[in-house]
Amino acid sequence: MQVQPPIAMLAELTHRCPLSCPYCSNPVELTARERELSTDDWRSVFGQAAAMGVLQLHISGGEPASRRDLTELVRAAREAGLYTNLITSGIGLTEKRLAELDEAGLDHVQLSLQGTDAAMADRIGGYKGGYDRKMTVAKWIGAIGFPLTLNFVMHRGNMHQLSRAIEMAQEMGARRIEVATVQFHGWAMQNRGALMPTREQATEANRTVAEARARLKGTLVIDYVPADYHADYPKPCMGGWASTGINVAPDGLVLPCHAAQTITGLEFDNVRDRPLADIWQNGSAFNAYRGTDWMQEPCRSCERKTIDFGGCRCQAMAIAGDPTATDPVCIKAPAHAKIRDLAADFSGQDEAALTWRVMDKTPG
Amino acid sequence: MTPEGTPFLPRGVRLHFDTVRDNWVLLAPERAIRLDPIGHAILSRVDGKTTLAAIAADLSATFEAPLEDVTRDSTEFLQELANRRFLEVT
Repeated sequence: MQVQPPIAMLAELTHRCPLSCPYCSNPVELTARERELSTDDWRSVFGQAAAMGVLQLHISGGEPASRRDLTELVRAAREAGLYTNLITSGIGLTEKRLAELDEAGLDHVQLSLQGTDAAMADRIGGYKGGYDRKMTVAKWIGAIGFPLTLNFVMHRGNMHQLSRAIEMAQEMGARRIEVATVQFHGWAMQNRGALMPTREQATEANRTVAEARARLKGTLVIDYVPADYHADYPKPCMGGWASTGINVAPDGLVLPCHAAQTITGLEFDNVRDRPLADIWQNGSAFNAYRGTDWMQEPCRSCERKTIDFGGCRCQAMAIAGDPTATDPVCIKAPAHAKIRDLAADFSGQDEAALTWRVMDKTPG
Repeated sequence: MTPEGTPFLPRGVRLHFDTVRDNWVLLAPERAIRLDPIGHAILSRVDGKTTLAAIAADLSATFEAPLEDVTRDSTEFLQELANRRFLEVT
C-alpha cells in the first residue's frame, strides 16, 4: 500500500497538569516527568515531522505550559516550518510568557473550558481559582491578538451550559469553538456513570449547534463532536487509522491515536530508537488498521467504509472486546444493542460520584 | 464580499509551500487546505491593499479569461474562506 505522509502531529509534551479533569484523555498510567523527552529530543521530532510532510503541530499535554522549555519548543517548531497550535487550560501562562510565545512565532491558541462559571469549571477541573485565572489568560490572549479557539468539553453535568459557552466564545473574540462531547476512553471510562449525557441532552445539543451554526455563519465557526453513544453512525476516528495524524507521547512513544495504548497486543515504537518516518511507514501499530483490509463484516462490504473507516478502534476494543470489530456506535454493529443499553444505564446514574484524575507522585 | 472590498488574511492564516506534496496550502487554525493553481493565483494576490475588483482584473488579464467569470469565481472562493473565518475584508 502507498502510504501518504501525515498532515498533523499531536505532541503531548507532558502528562503533568494542574487540573485533574475526570475525563482526561491521557492514559490512566501517566508518564512521570523523569521519563519525558528532552528539549533536543523534541527539536529532532519536529524537524523529522516537517521533513516527512507534517504541516500542523498541536502542542498539548497534560498542560504544555508545565514544560519550562515551552517557548523554546514553539520556536523550534516554527523554525522547522510547522504551524503551531497551543492546546492549553491557560493555567501556567503569564502575560510575560504569552508575549514570549508571540515572539517565538506561536500561530494559534486553543483554550479549554470546563464550564461557563467558576462553580462548574473549578469543580470539574478540580482546581479552585482556575476559572478566574482562565478568564484573565483569555484577555491576555485577546490583547496580543492570537487567533483563539475555545474548546468546551461537554458531559451530562454541564451540557445545559452550551449556549452560554457559544456566547463566551464570541465575547472572547474567538474565531472558532470546538464543542466536544466527552469521549469515553481512559479516565472518562471510570466516570461513565457521572458523565454520560442523556439521549434528550444529546438531541438538544445537536439542535443548539445547528441553530448557532446557521445564526453565526461567518462570525464563529463551530466544530462539533456529538455524543456518540447516542448516535447511529460512528465518528471517522482520526480520519482513518494512520492516514492523517500521528501522536507522540511525553516519553517518545509514537501512537496512531492518543488512546491507542488501550488496545492490547499493539506494540509501539519510540522516537528515541527509530526514525519517525520509519515508524509511520513500517511500524506495526500503524499498519495494524491502516486502510480497509483489516475490516470484518459488516464494515467490509459497507458503503460507508471509506466515510467512517469502521469508527473508533479503541471503542471497538472497549465495548466489543475486539479492536477489529465494527465500532459498536454503528447501528449495523453486532454490539450496537450493548452500547445503547450502556448509554441508557450510565446516563441514568444520577448518584454516581466523579473520580478525578490523579498523578502518582512517586517517580515511575 | 463586494468588488470594492479589500480582502486580507488575518493573523494565523498563511500561505505555505508544501515541499513534500509539491503544492501550495493555506494554513489556518487547525486546518490545512490544499490549493489548486487557481486558488493559489487568487490568494497570492490577496495582500490587504488590493481590492477584489483589482485582483479579478489582474487575474482576467494574466489568464486571458472573461472578467465576469473571474470575478464570480474569485468572489465565491473568497466568500467561502470568509465564512470559515480564514479571510477578512476591509
